[in-house]
Parts: sequence; structure tokens; C-alpha cells
Amino acid sequence: MSVAFVFIALIALAGAAGAVFLRQIVHCVLCLAVAFIGVSMLYLQLGAQFLGFAQILIYFGAVTILILFAILLTRNSGPNLSESPFSTGYGIGLFVSGAVFACLVWAVRQASMIRQSTAVETEVSVQKIGERLMTEYVLPLEVVALLLTVAMIGAVTIAMKEAPEVNPADKPADKPSSPS
Amino acid sequence: MASLSSYLILSAFLFCLGLAAVLIRRNAILILAGVELMLNAGNLNFIAFWRFGPRPELLDGLLFVLFSIAIAAAEAAVGLALVIAIYRHHRTVDPGKIHELKG
Repeated sequence: MSVAFVFIALIALAGAAGAVFLRQIVHCVLCLAVAFIGVSMLYLQLGAQFLGFAQILIYFGAVTILILFAILLTRNSGPNLSESPFSTGYGIGLFVSGAVFACLVWAVRQASMIRQSTAVETEVSVQKIGERLMTEYVLPLEVVALLLTVAMIGAVTIAMKEAPEVNPADKPADKPSSPS
Repeated sequence: MASLSSYLILSAFLFCLGLAAVLIRRNAILILAGVELMLNAGNLNFIAFWRFGPRPELLDGLLFVLFSIAIAAAEAAVGLALVIAIYRHHRTVDPGKIHELKG
């Protein structure tokens, strides 16, 4: 286990732990950004440069900002400080996730295939990724493009303010409508 | 480079932290953040298996993660829009306090 791996793993785990256990929601999201950066550094260490930078662009640049905007739009709902930010089934939740962790670690330790595998050096260029995307993976690529379009339209439609019910009797007829 | 099992254990830890966020948090936005964390752990597993797998020059694991990131972004956008719509209706984002389905 190299020093770089331990360092990056500590960054990612500290960020993730902060995102789960801090009390202030905004602090949680900032810690989540640190965790995303840690994961992207792991991608870079594993030799997936394109994905590392895509991770920074998409998660650090877009998803974190999106979550922060959602917090701003729902800011009155934040936990008043007398109320715990954690649910009442706190202990059970921690127990379940600890049990899942123990189970996963046991499974990883059991498998002989995992112990024997070694990394194969390979050259990954963006050109190769593009060629694969445009030949063999062109159908999934188009489907993802469609999915992103539909998701964007859907998100806007869901979050759009419902139009106020217009009662024509209330409205003076000759007055120009003021900008809302 | 560390061994495959250390990457897998790290991603298991990240997954469990995300699961803990989903289970113990009372804010729907942070529950979505936990889901994002779990998706990241899954992607890390894909990349680790791709790198340590028999034929990394085919780039299959890498492309799978690329699509997975795109789908996770769509999920985050729709999920947060739903949270905002629910907030506008119920004036809370605590999933424990949202009792009724009726609009």
C-alpha cells in the first residue's frame, strides 16, 4: 500500500464522514465536495485520467452546486438547533451500515481472485475512448443523451412554480400587468 | 499502486458512509447526497476492477463509469427538483414529517 494511496484515501474518507456526521447542512455539502475530489484523485491514481477530470467537472462543479442551490431554496426548513439533525433510529442505522461494511470486507477478503489479480499497464488515450464511444457504444451514448434531455426538462417541469390561479374578477382590465 | 483489495475495502467504506447518511439523516437533500456517495463508491469499484482486470485495453469499465456518472447527474437533478417541489407543498424537507400523498 503506497503512501499516496493512504493519503488520498484519508482525504476521501474524512470528507465522506464529515458529510454524514456534521450538524450544519452546508458544512455537510462542502465535506461531500472534498469526498468527490478524493474519489477523483483515486481515479487519477488508477490511470483513468479522463474520468478523473470528468468527475471533478461533473460532481465537484455541477452536483455540489446543485445541492447547494437546493439547500438555499429550502433554507427555512433547516433543523432548528434544538432539534437533532439525525433521525430517532440513529443507532439502528449505524448498526445496519456497520454490518454491511463488515459483510463487504469479509467478502473481499474471502475471494481468491481478488488477491491474485495484478494491474496491467495500459495506455488510455482520450482518442481511444472517443473511438469506442463512437463505434461500439454509440447506441448507449445516444440513449444517455436522450435521458439527459428528458431529465433536464423533467426537473424544470417538476420544480417550476405552479401558476397562481387567475381570477379574472380581481384583475383590473385596463391596467398593464406589472412585472412580478 | 495499492492492491485491488485495498481499493475495494475503501470503496466499501465509502458505500457504508453513504448508506449511513441515507439511514440516519433527517434532511431529504442529505439523503440524496448519501445516494451520490454510494454511486461514487460503485464507480470506484468499476474503475478498480477495470484496472486490475484481464483486458484493460478494451476500456469497458471506464466507459461504463462514464455512463454511470451521466445517469447519476440526471438522477441528482430530478431528485433535487422533487425535493424542492415537496418543500413548496409541505414547507419541510424532513421525510419523517411528510405523511400524506394527497396534493
